[in-house]
Amino acid sequence: MSGTRDLLWDSGHLRLEREEARRLMEEGGAPSPQSSDDPLISLKDLDLRFGDHVVLDGISLDVWSGETVCILGGSGAGKSTILRLILGLIKPNGGQILVRGRDVATASREELLELRKDMGMVFQEAALFDSLTVYDNVAFYLHEHEDLPEEEVARRVDESLRMVDLDPEQVEDLLPAELSGGMKKRVGIARALIHQPSILLYDEPTSGLDPITTRTIDDLVLKLQRELGVTSVVVTHDIRSAFRIGNRVALLFGGEIVFQGTPEEMMESGDGYVREFLH
Amino acid sequence: MIVRKAALTPVRYAGSSLRELAWHTQRYFTLLWRSIHGTVTRPFYGKDLAVQLDSIGVGSIGIVILTGLFTGMVLALQSAVEMRQFGATIYIGRLVGASTVRELGPVLTALMVTGRAGSGIAAELGAMRVTEQIDALNTMGVDPVRKLVVPRFVACLIALPLLTIITDLVAIFGGLLIAVVKLDLTFDLYMRSVYSTLAQNGFLLRYIPIDFVSGLSKPLFFGAIIAITSCYYGLSTRGGTEGVGRAATGAVVTSSIFILATDYFLTQLIIGLFIE
Ligand SMILES: Nc1ncnc2c1ncn2[C@@H]1O[C@H](COP(=O)(O)OP(=O)(O)O)[C@@H](O)[C@H]1O
Ligand SMILES: [Mg+2]
Repeated sequence: MSGTRDLLWDSGHLRLEREEARRLMEEGGAPSPQSSDDPLISLKDLDLRFGDHVVLDGISLDVWSGETVCILGGSGAGKSTILRLILGLIKPNGGQILVRGRDVATASREELLELRKDMGMVFQEAALFDSLTVYDNVAFYLHEHEDLPEEEVARRVDESLRMVDLDPEQVEDLLPAELSGGMKKRVGIARALIHQPSILLYDEPTSGLDPITTRTIDDLVLKLQRELGVTSVVVTHDIRSAFRIGNRVALLFGGEIVFQGTPEEMMESGDGYVREFLH
Repeated sequence: MIVRKAALTPVRYAGSSLRELAWHTQRYFTLLWRSIHGTVTRPFYGKDLAVQLDSIGVGSIGIVILTGLFTGMVLALQSAVEMRQFGATIYIGRLVGASTVRELGPVLTALMVTGRAGSGIAAELGAMRVTEQIDALNTMGVDPVRKLVVPRFVACLIALPLLTIITDLVAIFGGLLIAVVKLDLTFDLYMRSVYSTLAQNGFLLRYIPIDFVSGLSKPLFFGAIIAITSCYYGLSTRGGTEGVGRAATGAVVTSSIFILATDYFLTQLIIGLFIE
């Protein structure tokens, strides 16, 4: 157990003072979402084990339309696993994952494909196809699923790349190996945006980036929320990012969500874990 | 959070390995089945097939030519030593022809392609697995079996028989070189001797030499083994870059053993069906 705690504390930017946290929240200024009655994504009492290794132990979390929820946790806490569950890439050992009221865990292959049409995933190391150019990576979904004339595809690729602040002319013909870390993440986001999903899942979008690039990616996440109205689940171990971009934050620790609430609530929380995580 | 496995007694260890073996076997055949299914149903990724044919098939031509050449030459050389004692050097063509067309052509070709293309397939898919590109495919509604495995499967099925024919022909030519240059046989004598061996086991439907049927059906099986085994190892890769190396090695070792074992059983089957 203590191993996990060490990892959690060890995860980078940990000494975060109250004052800085407040400043980060203002700086980000995540727009508050329009509230609606039913959550868009709802995790109910999720269990997940690999063999006898319990990764998630009864997780419940709701995500409402238009908001950005950050799931904070150390390395190996099960953050990526949660996103893979939401996408239906793996099945839980117990509990439900409702997306628009439909259970991903019991969905058929066809239903899953349908559900995934409304989701975009930004992978940790971008997961760009290394044999394809930036253009073909971003166009991938359209080439696979939509029978559009190539000019239309090119127009949408351009639009996507501009949305993530990349210059299409400069990057379209490059291969992923020729991109910097920050650019890869941007292309990964552009690829996830191309089919205009209403849900974006980000797996540690700022990991491995320098502080300046981290900020620009944070700003990008905020911009997408503001301009496209997407609902985002961002898993991260970077508490600064979480304060900047999250409407709500959930803290994943030892297989459980030990805290969830707004960043303000998190700062005021007397919960020991949160205190320790923050100080 | 690492939960240590309780120390395993030998019996429990054997039990858990057996269970693991059964699990892998089931998944292996599932992959085979899904590949066959993906071959005959849409969507089919023709462009990816072309790329794979080029990389697995065309890319292997060089090494199978070298393999065939030296194999044919050494077979001629070795058999010359034996046959000279009986003054039977005219049978060298028979020996070279029979052993390459029936056994060495298919098997050596398959082993060389395993070493070259099989390891490449496993490493490529393994790298895609550990960098989450396979997940990205799934996420974007593309079946990795159709997109990645089927083109490699079909490419191997097409390439292996053709490569085997090249190996056979080059090996026979290699034998010819030695026969003519070192053993003073004539071209004509050697080639007639090669041909007579093909007639020896009889014909299927009157015209197709049995040796040919067996020599070209084996590569089909070997091609399937190479593709499925390598893809299986690639897709099951875990544990980062190190895992990719392990996947490549595992793919080569396992394919090679499967090829040699399958060769034995296929030979047995062909002898039982056609020759006895
Ligand atoms: N396919 C798998 N098989 C076994 N264990 C896994 C698998 N995927 C993840 N794990 C384990 O589950 C835990 C959570 O992994 P993950 O969700 O990737 O953590 P992170 O929070 O760093 O993203 C880790 O301890 C990891 O070793
Ligand atoms: Mg992760």
